[in-house]
Amino acid sequence: MIDLSRRRILFGGAALGAGAVLTACTSNTPSENTQINTNENSDNKNAAPGDKVIIGFSAPAADHGWVAAITNNAKAQAAAYKDVEFRSVEAGADAAAQRAALSTLIAQKPTVIVLLPHDGKELNSVGLQAMRAGIPVVNLDRAFPDRGAYRLQIKGDNFGMGLAAGAYIGEQMKAKGISNPIIGEIPGIDSLELTQERTRGFNEALAVYGFKVANRRPAEFTADTGQRAATEILQALPKIDAIWNHDDDQGIGVLAAMNQANRKEFIMVGGAGSKQAIDAIKADNTPLKATVTYSPSMASSAISLARLIGQGKGMSDLVELQVPKEITLSSETITKDNADQYSKLGF
Amino acid sequence: MTDQSTKPGVPAQSPPVDPTLPTDTTKEQPRQSWWKSDGAEPVRRNLGLVGVLVVLVIIGIVTRPELYGNASWVTDNVWTILQQASAIGVVTVGMTFVIIGGGIDLSVGAIVAVAGVWSTTLATQSYGAAGMIFTAIVVGVVVGLINGLLVSYGRLVPFIATLAMMVAARGLAAQISGKQTQVSSNTTINDIASTKILGIPMLVIILALVVAAGWVLLNRTTFGRRTVAVGGNVEAARLAGINVRVHTVLLYALSGLCCGIAAIMLTSQATSAQAAMANLYELDAIAAAIIGGTLLSGGRGTIIGALFGVLVFSTITNLFAINNLSTEVQNMVKGGIIVAAVLVQQFRYRSLTQLFGRKTA
Repeated sequence: MIDLSRRRILFGGAALGAGAVLTACTSNTPSENTQINTNENSDNKNAAPGDKVIIGFSAPAADHGWVAAITNNAKAQAAAYKDVEFRSVEAGADAAAQRAALSTLIAQKPTVIVLLPHDGKELNSVGLQAMRAGIPVVNLDRAFPDRGAYRLQIKGDNFGMGLAAGAYIGEQMKAKGISNPIIGEIPGIDSLELTQERTRGFNEALAVYGFKVANRRPAEFTADTGQRAATEILQALPKIDAIWNHDDDQGIGVLAAMNQANRKEFIMVGGAGSKQAIDAIKADNTPLKATVTYSPSMASSAISLARLIGQGKGMSDLVELQVPKEITLSSETITKDNADQYSKLGF
Repeated sequence: MTDQSTKPGVPAQSPPVDPTLPTDTTKEQPRQSWWKSDGAEPVRRNLGLVGVLVVLVIIGIVTRPELYGNASWVTDNVWTILQQASAIGVVTVGMTFVIIGGGIDLSVGAIVAVAGVWSTTLATQSYGAAGMIFTAIVVGVVVGLINGLLVSYGRLVPFIATLAMMVAARGLAAQISGKQTQVSSNTTINDIASTKILGIPMLVIILALVVAAGWVLLNRTTFGRRTVAVGGNVEAARLAGINVRVHTVLLYALSGLCCGIAAIMLTSQATSAQAAMANLYELDAIAAAIIGGTLLSGGRGTIIGALFGVLVFSTITNLFAINNLSTEVQNMVKGGIIVAAVLVQQFRYRSLTQLFGRKTA
């Protein structure tokens, strides 16, 4: 009797487990949310179809919404051009795997290569190799140390993010008449150079107003670590005036922690500019009042510029006949007032 | 404090006596008091960890007297520390069973991630809170079962089997989530982290229930006695009639179950799940179990000790946070505590073998 019922339980469990398997298989329609320039109703001469360009693309498979958006944007932007053929290679798990993948790509002789390296220093040699083979390289965001290793570098401004966040908080505090505000900071992975850049910019901007960070707890760009770091800061500071959280993905956890601790006496500024953050700013029902961008739209722009490089064209508003060598996006501050305008850039 | 010691006389180097038979060393050495006896060793160790906790709290009081002067802040802080320890605490209970049973589970963080991600897909969320909890637990148990089967029937070394699972499960989690952060829009799940029952946070109640269940299972059931026996001496356990293979499978499934529960707790706290969640939980859980007195080679360990291990880490994090000290130093201190705990353990271990050496001589 016991055996039979146990068997029955096991069988039932297995059946339900299979149900769970099916559940996941039919799951998650990925949100096709990309930020591209379709050149609709544009009289931009460069948008007209030209010579065929084969763009080879490689980006790491990191577990972060931002990197996912980079790949999706590049793909979507390439599809928007009739004269672009897009060849994506898996970057693998680390720099060595990406190096191997890129060597295969170089052998296929694409017109231009666009890549987000795992690590700029480690992929530097591949950049040189491609450039020597006569394939222009567009470096996305993580710079090669060697200036001969890339034709174009397009990146975000980490220092500028910190500067923008600090300036926004400074102005808000001034407007509220708070002369000695208590400010918290939740950076991402602390050992990364980009995190240190952001923090330097933040401190520099705050120093203009004579403000200082009262507590700084790093997270790891994930929501669960964001929740953890925010809980620690809220516990350490019984009263807070402003918090800057470097990353909107971990910001989901930061906002959850504020909700769980029932604290909302402060303003919060985000970072990166995810769609969710922009929606929250627009709705204005959380402490999140602004976010400073580090937009993955740079991948779309990289594809557009790679196409121009491949066709030997320049940027039509500039005097130069060729695309410039370095472009750094400006970190923009999204608030309730301009959230509508930016919502199509959220990722 | 209650004595929840494991059976004495089953360290790995003990002669192959039947470890399920109670051996009473205190009777054979009438000169020794109970307090000094081998059986009281876990109690002494747990008291040592309580001492460490007290020291940490005193440091907190000295460095931030204005915070500790506020009674409601102190209450809040205690709940915060316990809540921060809750998910990892549940994982550690499962880990402690696996280690006592002579194995190791490096895949716990990855199992939490895959269970969390699977239970927050849009499709699973459409089944409501019950569907999400069910999915997390089933996924956790199934992955744990696979671990157990690989170890016991596939004859893989636990380290390798669970290392492979760690990599594979993270990959599966990334595949399911499409590398995106999956937000939970289920308010029942999200409210678990903010709900209090009689002033006690729900997450702390869940942790307490899991710890209590783990304690009973280890100390008051044949399953627990078998776990100690299998970890202490596999051959002796087999000769004593224990189905070692089945038992091993169950241990890893139990660890998977704990991971599934922790996945729901963590999802509730972060109101979301993603493939990189619960990063390095395996190391935190192993470290907590070890400083709680669990022998890495198996056969000895306590649930309460492991809980104290988790609490020590959680309290250190809190202490560093309220003093705005860098996490680098915090990690160094944590490393130091692990080393210190293992050194103490070795010392105890050596004196134990000396004890046995004298007895047989």
